[in-house]
Amino acid sequence: MYAQMVKTASNRVKTREEMSPEEQHFQDKIDNDVKIEPKDWMPEDYRRTLIRQIGQHAHSEVVGQLPEGNWITRAPTLERKAILLAKVQDEAGHGLYLYSAAETLGVSRDELIELLHEGKMKYSSIFNYPTLNWADIGAVGWLVDGAAIINQVALQRTSYGPYSRAMIRICKEESFHARQGYSAIMKMAFGTPEQKKMAQDAVNRLWFPALMMFGPSDKDSVHSEQSMAWKIKVKTNDELRQQFVDQTVPQIDYLGLERPDPTIKWNEERGHYDFAMPDWDEFFNVIKGNGPCNADRMENRRKAWEDGAWVREGLLEHARKKAARKVAAE
Amino acid sequence: MKNEWPLWEVFIRGQHGLAHRHVGSLHAPDAETAILNARDVYTRRNEGVSIWVVEAKHIAASSPSEKGPLFEPSESKIYRHPTFFDIPEEVGHM
Ligand SMILES: [Fe+2]
Ligand SMILES: [Fe+2]
Repeated sequence: MYAQMVKTASNRVKTREEMSPEEQHFQDKIDNDVKIEPKDWMPEDYRRTLIRQIGQHAHSEVVGQLPEGNWITRAPTLERKAILLAKVQDEAGHGLYLYSAAETLGVSRDELIELLHEGKMKYSSIFNYPTLNWADIGAVGWLVDGAAIINQVALQRTSYGPYSRAMIRICKEESFHARQGYSAIMKMAFGTPEQKKMAQDAVNRLWFPALMMFGPSDKDSVHSEQSMAWKIKVKTNDELRQQFVDQTVPQIDYLGLERPDPTIKWNEERGHYDFAMPDWDEFFNVIKGNGPCNADRMENRRKAWEDGAWVREGLLEHARKKAARKVAAE
Repeated sequence: MKNEWPLWEVFIRGQHGLAHRHVGSLHAPDAETAILNARDVYTRRNEGVSIWVVEAKHIAASSPSEKGPLFEPSESKIYRHPTFFDIPEEVGHM
């Protein structure tokens, strides 16, 4: 979801007979829930798929700071400002944990960042939607981080050790994100009629983009099968999406807001809510780069990276000189 | 990539007197900055009272292919565990 459309090299899972002895041994470890560690043998496709997935996930954490950072200076109270600042800082940390996990696979963080800036890597479609007002910030924490939690809790069991450990660390911090969001939206939903209207509007606009975070429907998700066999993915897109809807609908009801999708209905037989799928054409369009904020987000990312270059280079040069002086003195 | 900051591994000692534990890694130009960054990334919620950083390239690690020769010998030495010995109940806690 933070990695919505990760390409794997093959669309078909190899049968046991087609596997080399090394591949068989590798698959046995995965089937027995033994974690794969950086120096262990792994199929080249597993390594490449993971780099793509963890990289996309890391980029999403970092780009995800932009729509929220937008509101730090305009938070309604000093307390809300401090909270939002702490939340956004956490996301920078999440990006870092994930880049570190990707680096154990033999790619460097700077390489990944450059691939993102060149448009060769993706990040979650959700961050290409704008945050228009303070209610959106509440809704983002509640819905977007809420969706992220569902995905990331599942990924704690992923087969690659460093990725799994990053997920465990991240999950510890995420529930603060969702709760601060819900608390902000509660204030609005139970506030003046004007505030309540803003809360409703935010939920209406962000609901379907939040559902898109889990990626295309299973029937259209061509890359899932191999990822499931490798336990890079632990649950399917539709399973995770259903879990999100089931968890969130009562939270919407509690706020006294209208459900953003009038077709949402409890299905006694299934034991789940029925709901409408988002507009997948819109989703693929946003993924392709044509969402409302894609160009803006990438421009800001590139600018931050380029404007920071002299600091990174200066500090490195300073460190080199300091080390040289130390050697000379010895 | 040129001019990339080196990678540091971060170890943190928590509140309760346990040993420093590996918590993750980060990039920094030098050790001082690595400690400051580690403070910002890994101790935002009272996770620690002491930080060690070491440049990743200085860590020597056992390789997975040595797993057998290194660790198998201890598998057969079950007498190294206290539960190997039956102590009569009358003797009391030991
Ligand atoms: Fe995050
Ligand atoms: Fe978050």
